[in-house]
Amino acid sequence: MDFVSHLLEVPLMKRLVITLNLALFVFLGSFRILGAADPVLINGAGATFPYPLYSKWFSEYRKVVPEAQFNYQSIGSGGGIRQFLEKTVDFGASDAPMTEEQMKKSSIPVLHIPTTMGAVVLTYNLPGAPSLRLSGAVISDIFLGKIARWDDSRITSLNQGVELPGTAILVAHRSDGSGTTAIFTDYLSKISPEWKAKVGAGTAVNWPTGIGGKGNEGVTGIVKQSPGSIGYVELIYAANNRLPFASVRNKRNEYVIPNSKSIMAAAAGTIKAIPDDFRASITDADGKNAYPISGFTYLLVRETLLKPKGPYIQRFLKWAMTDGQNYAEALHYAPLPKALIQKIEAKINGIRFE
Amino acid sequence: MEFDLSNKSELAKAKRDFHPGDRIFGRALMLPAYSLLILLVAIALFLLHGAWPSIQRFGLKFVFSSTWDPVREVFGALPVIYGTIVSSSIAVLIAAPVSIGAALFLNELAPRRVSEIVGHLIEMLAAIPSVVFGLWGIFVLAPWLRSVVEPALGRFFGFLPLFQGPPYGVGMLAAGLILAIMIMPTVASISREVFHSIPRVQREAALALGATRWEMIRLAVLSGTKSGVFGAVILGLGRALGETMAVTMVIGNRSHISASLFAPAQTMASAIANEYAEATSDIHLSALVGVGLTLFVVTFIINAIARIFVWRTTLRWSAK
Repeated sequence: MDFVSHLLEVPLMKRLVITLNLALFVFLGSFRILGAADPVLINGAGATFPYPLYSKWFSEYRKVVPEAQFNYQSIGSGGGIRQFLEKTVDFGASDAPMTEEQMKKSSIPVLHIPTTMGAVVLTYNLPGAPSLRLSGAVISDIFLGKIARWDDSRITSLNQGVELPGTAILVAHRSDGSGTTAIFTDYLSKISPEWKAKVGAGTAVNWPTGIGGKGNEGVTGIVKQSPGSIGYVELIYAANNRLPFASVRNKRNEYVIPNSKSIMAAAAGTIKAIPDDFRASITDADGKNAYPISGFTYLLVRETLLKPKGPYIQRFLKWAMTDGQNYAEALHYAPLPKALIQKIEAKINGIRFE
Repeated sequence: MEFDLSNKSELAKAKRDFHPGDRIFGRALMLPAYSLLILLVAIALFLLHGAWPSIQRFGLKFVFSSTWDPVREVFGALPVIYGTIVSSSIAVLIAAPVSIGAALFLNELAPRRVSEIVGHLIEMLAAIPSVVFGLWGIFVLAPWLRSVVEPALGRFFGFLPLFQGPPYGVGMLAAGLILAIMIMPTVASISREVFHSIPRVQREAALALGATRWEMIRLAVLSGTKSGVFGAVILGLGRALGETMAVTMVIGNRSHISASLFAPAQTMASAIANEYAEATSDIHLSALVGVGLTLFVVTFIINAIARIFVWRTTLRWSAK
C-alpha cells in the first residue's frame, strides 16, 4: 500500500519508466524460469556441401542439449577457413583439408574432424538416358576436350550395347569455387598425368573446355537443357533430382555405381593410408566396390578450446560421431567407417580447455 | 543594418551572419554529404589495399594477360575485362535504339493515357530482381537461342567470326541480351526525362514553320537532347557493366577470349561472384579484389562521363 501511494506521488514520466522496468524485469525473469540454463551460442561457418546434414544435426542436437545453440552459415569452404583463422567463428567447415600454409596461420594447432563423406557423380543428357560406364582415363580426356564426340571408340568400347549418338560432347563444370570441384580434379590428377600437368587440382581450376554453371543447380541446368552434355555434381544433388549418372571404373577394374555403400567402401579401402590428422584424399581408392570419386568433409576446431563453449563443442562432436552418423544415409551422405570413428573419437577426447 | 550588396565579400558575410539557424542547418546537411564522399574514398582505398599483393606480383600484366589459373596462381584479368566490355556493348547496341525509340514514342506520339501506362510498365521492368532475369535466361532465353536464333545466325551470317562455333545457348550473346533487357528501363526513363525538358514552344515553333512530325522531332527534340540521351545510354552501360547475378547465370563462365558470340565468356562481376567464397590462397583473393578495383575504375569513369553529358543538356535548357 505504501509502495503504491509512493508511486502515485512521483511524476508521470518517472512512473512510466519504473513500470516499464518492472515489466522488463518480469519478462526476462520468465525466460530464466523456462530455460534451465543460459543458452550457449556456438558459431560456425563454411562448406555448403554438408549443410543439409549439419542443419539436421543442429536441430536434432537441440533435443539432446537444449542450451547449445548452433548457428552455421554455409558460406563455402574457403570462407569457412578464412573465418576460422580470423577467429570470428568457433568452428569452421571445409570439404578440402587446410594446406600446410594455412595451418601455419593458426596460433593454436587445428584439428580436422571428418564428419561424413560424399561422392561426385557424372551426369549426362543422352537420348533414352542410358546407364553409362566410364573409366578415369576417358573422363579426363572428355574434360580435357580430347574426346569430343559421344561415338568415340573409347566411349563405345566401354558401353557395348548402348547406342550413342554421333554428336559433340558439351562439358559442363562448376564456375564457382567448390569442394565438389576439388574432389573431382583431385581424382583426375591421380588418374591422368596429363590432367595433373595441364590443369591440376583445386576448388577452382583453369578449365580447358566447356561451360561453367554456378552451383550444382547451374551445372544441372546446363546438362538438362543441352542434349549431348556431361557434367559433374554431388551425389546428393543428382539423387534428389533423379538425374542419370555413370558408374565409374575403380582401381580393381570394377564399374561401381555411386551410393552410400560404395563411398563407405572407398573409405574402408584407404583407411590404413589415412594419416593421423585425417587430412587424406580417398579418391581412386583401392577397395572392393569402392567408388573412386569420393571425399571427406571436415569440421575444423582448435586443439585448445575456450570455456564455457569448449565442452559443449566437444560434446557435440562426440554426438556427431555416434548418434549423428545415423542421419547421414537418409540424406544420401555416407556414414564414416567404424574403424575411423574410433580414431576420430580419440582425437576429440584429446581436446583441452582453457 | 545596411549592406553594400555590390561588394561580393560583404554579401557573403551578410549571408553568413544573417541566421544562425541556417548555418547550423547547413552544417548538419554537410555531414551526410561529405560522409558519402568519404565512403567512396574508403571503398577505393579498401580495394587498393586488398588488391595490393596482386598488383605487386603481376603489375600491369594483371590487366593484359589472359591466363586465369587459380591452381598455379597465375592471374590475368584480360578475359574478364573483355567479357564485361563486349557483353555490355551488345546490351547497349540493342537497348539504346529500342529504348530511345520507346521514349520518343511515349513522349511525342502516344496519347497521354497510353504514354502514362506504358511508361509505368517500362519502369516496373527495373523492379524485377536480377536473379529472376537470370532464371528466365536459363529456362527460356538460352534454349530459344540454342534451338532457333543461334543456328539461324550461323546459317546466314556464319561467314562472320562473330557467329561461328557450336550453339550452346548460354554464352556471350545470351548475356548481352539479358543485359539489354535489364538496362532498357534505365535508358528509356532517363531519355523521356530529357525529351520532356524541351519546352513545348520549341515543338510548336517547328510545326508552325511547316515541319513534319519527323522533322519536328529531329529539329526540336533530338538535336537539343543529343548529349542528354547519350548520358542516359552511358548510365545504362554503367548498370550493365556491374550486373552480376543474371549474367553469371547465362554467360557460361569461362575466362577465355573468343571472337564468337556463341562461346561462353566471363565478366569481372561474375568472376568475383563465382570465386570469392571458395578462394583460399591469399593471392587468389587479392587477384579477385584486383578485378573489383578494375571494375570500380571502369564504372567510375563511365559514370563520370555520363554525368557530364546529362549536366550539359539540363544546364543548357535551364539557362534559357
